[in-house]
Amino acid sequence: MNKVINISKKNNIKEFDALIVGGGGSGMRTSLELAKSGLNTAVISKVFPTRSHTVSAQGGITCAIQSADPNDDWRWHMYDTVKGSDYIGDQDAIEYMCSEGPKAVYELEHMGLPFSRFENGRIYQRPFGGQSKDFGKGGQAARTCAAADRTGHALLHTLYQNNVKEGTNFLNEWFAVDLVKNSKNEITGVIAFSIESGEVCYLKAQATVLATGGAGRIYASTTNALINTGDGLGMTLRAGFPAQDMEMWQFHPTGIHGAGSLVTEGCRGEGGYLINADGERFMERYAPNAKDLAGRDVVARSMVMEILEGRGCGPEKDHVYLKLDHLGADVLNSKLPGICELSKTFAHVDPIKEPIPVVPTCHYMMGGTPTNIHGQAFSRNDGNDFMVSGLFSVGEAACVSVHGANRLGGNSLLDLVVFGRAAGKHINEELKSGGGVENASNEDIELAMSRLNKLNESESGYEVADVKKQLQTCMQNYFGVFRRGEFMEKGVKELEEIREKSENLYLKDKSIAFNTNRVEALELQNLLEVAEATAISAMMRDESRGAHARDDFPERDDENWLCHSLYDPVEKKLGKRDVNFVPKEVEAFPPKMRSY
Amino acid sequence: MELSVSLYRYNPEQDKFPYMKNYKVKKPEKDIMVLDLLNMLKEDDATISYRRSCREGVCGSDGMNINGKNGLACITPLSEVLKGNKLELRPLPGLPVIRDLIVDMTQFYEQYEKIKPFLQSDSEPPEQERLQSPQDRDKLDGLYECILCACCSTSCPSFWWNPDKFVGPAALLQAYRFLADTRDTKKQERLEELGDPFSVYRCHGIMNCVNVCPKGLNPNKAIGEIKSMLLTGSKEDKIKVVGLE
Repeated sequence: MNKVINISKKNNIKEFDALIVGGGGSGMRTSLELAKSGLNTAVISKVFPTRSHTVSAQGGITCAIQSADPNDDWRWHMYDTVKGSDYIGDQDAIEYMCSEGPKAVYELEHMGLPFSRFENGRIYQRPFGGQSKDFGKGGQAARTCAAADRTGHALLHTLYQNNVKEGTNFLNEWFAVDLVKNSKNEITGVIAFSIESGEVCYLKAQATVLATGGAGRIYASTTNALINTGDGLGMTLRAGFPAQDMEMWQFHPTGIHGAGSLVTEGCRGEGGYLINADGERFMERYAPNAKDLAGRDVVARSMVMEILEGRGCGPEKDHVYLKLDHLGADVLNSKLPGICELSKTFAHVDPIKEPIPVVPTCHYMMGGTPTNIHGQAFSRNDGNDFMVSGLFSVGEAACVSVHGANRLGGNSLLDLVVFGRAAGKHINEELKSGGGVENASNEDIELAMSRLNKLNESESGYEVADVKKQLQTCMQNYFGVFRRGEFMEKGVKELEEIREKSENLYLKDKSIAFNTNRVEALELQNLLEVAEATAISAMMRDESRGAHARDDFPERDDENWLCHSLYDPVEKKLGKRDVNFVPKEVEAFPPKMRSY
Repeated sequence: MELSVSLYRYNPEQDKFPYMKNYKVKKPEKDIMVLDLLNMLKEDDATISYRRSCREGVCGSDGMNINGKNGLACITPLSEVLKGNKLELRPLPGLPVIRDLIVDMTQFYEQYEKIKPFLQSDSEPPEQERLQSPQDRDKLDGLYECILCACCSTSCPSFWWNPDKFVGPAALLQAYRFLADTRDTKKQERLEELGDPFSVYRCHGIMNCVNVCPKGLNPNKAIGEIKSMLLTGSKEDKIKVVGLE
């Protein structure tokens, strides 16, 4: 791969009807739908699919299947999700997710997902944060369907298994570099290479689905896998397409202090609670009703307040404790076995005897490529939305938007399967009714090759590991749980310097076979795109809403900001986009003060 | 204090043969994981290659041979494996090496696919979920948690000898996961496909698989269950004896 490869040669093109970039939950749910359609579909994944980050999801998939409570109602779930989003989740999409959810969950069960069970044989459901009955009036609900505390693992393996069954075409350990865009601004596929053999290809498709997950690795401390580098978003931003609500990053209340590993909210759902250095259950002060099961943004901020006010635990007073020992060994071993294992490995404590040291940790990207409920990506021209032909996005990479400013626990897995399924169905219909895109020219293809070529030809420049550290430190320092204008301005300036370095990386090792340094360099450039979109969006949204909490603008400002932010990567400016308040079957939920 | 790390290196474009390369690193004050150490080494020598993803023992990417024993680098603390101040890291044994610690897992995945690792049922799915009692669901514990890291199969001498014909502990654990699932109705067919002299019967109970499984699973026990189902049939399904006839 030392030389520039002329990709336009015919033998370097692989052609598909639909190409899915990413082999996690959303990508494999999309591919499963398409595998049955007879369309020529391929999934390209930079890791073997079961290594995708969906595998780390623990607590469950939230859905009103009326198992724990026969009177449960998807409309209650919808209300909770709208409220959780701090009213900038799109209500048509939330309605679709909550009402279609049961079907999607039953399908998973039919595929073999080993859900935990109640005595009556139905799927086990546990309480999670932000859940209520009767539109917030009926107390805590138990709506999260679980396979012990390994739901993501069970879900991802089940989806992979069923893709094997249906004969899905996988290009495993292939890395997508950039989108190929034709003169009509349609997406016609991606440039990608086999990590193992170095073979570079133009993967041409009538529909390209970005299912590349989140980008938690823009932060120094995150629950995210090392592979969560926002590759899809990096590609869309470089292609000039916007990203929505990028300031909205969820900090999960319970990451293991020091290690970052996730400890599921299901722990608190099963009856665990947080305590400060005085042994006080402090969430009673911040959220008198929901307590430890308030929204994640609320709990995370409360924890940081406790730490800032000197009631943190440990010698550095820099974390709090999650207490579980009162639940007893039986509950912990049967309902939370994975947590027991993780705590022993990474915190050196046995939760049966001792509390787990935890701290809010970057966990989830609520923003992403704006899409409709069919996964079709939007862009903007003169203030008007238009569909990008050939481009789709699903899962954490997309912003459909069901999570708005703050995602509820258990809604991410539901998002993956509901919208993966919906995108698959839509692509099937669209392509079979003659939809598609025009060919890209050789110049278009060469342009998409340029990033890879530049890196391969680099003779001097910056070290990947150094630049990555600078990026992560910058984001951690200036764009964390609490944010302030002056610090963020400093952060944005620093990112300009980091961009300069990131565009001039030195790839010393030019070898072909499994060159992970090449992959990491390309990933770093994706992280930079996501970080910059995050930083500028966060700096410009001068209010506090959901996960975006500003010291200098502590109040929610519905007059100016009851809207999505839309980051334009070409101008590096932030625009606004209307939130959908027009669900189909129910009355819209109007914005209210949000308290738990 | 210094650690002496001996690392298996092989780059097919440069090296005629693989070799062990020594790295000296300052012993970290805290007890870190083997993966953290590898990441430190890679910061200085970016050419070192290995797979990694979740860094918490659930994705199964970073299986490798650590001081002679297979394990996941991300959940193996140095304190558990250091011999004196020495650490030797090699790729998982028995599979072709692509580069450094990265092996070609094709054979491993082919065995997994061979056992039809998906639920099969003759009955139309109901409108809601299929019911399963908690007791029946409990039978899947210790089976479904497999992360396909290949630590077990690549520590198994029978798999080394016959990776194309012996299914291996990882895939057999999954074969039993579906045999044990009350929702699956293809027990007879599944058993018939395992009844040849190689698929299951090459397991001689060496138990390396149990010894190395980073998730604490017991493929040997599952294989025993399969063998006994092959010999006696499953009572509830009145399965005829298959294999060994």
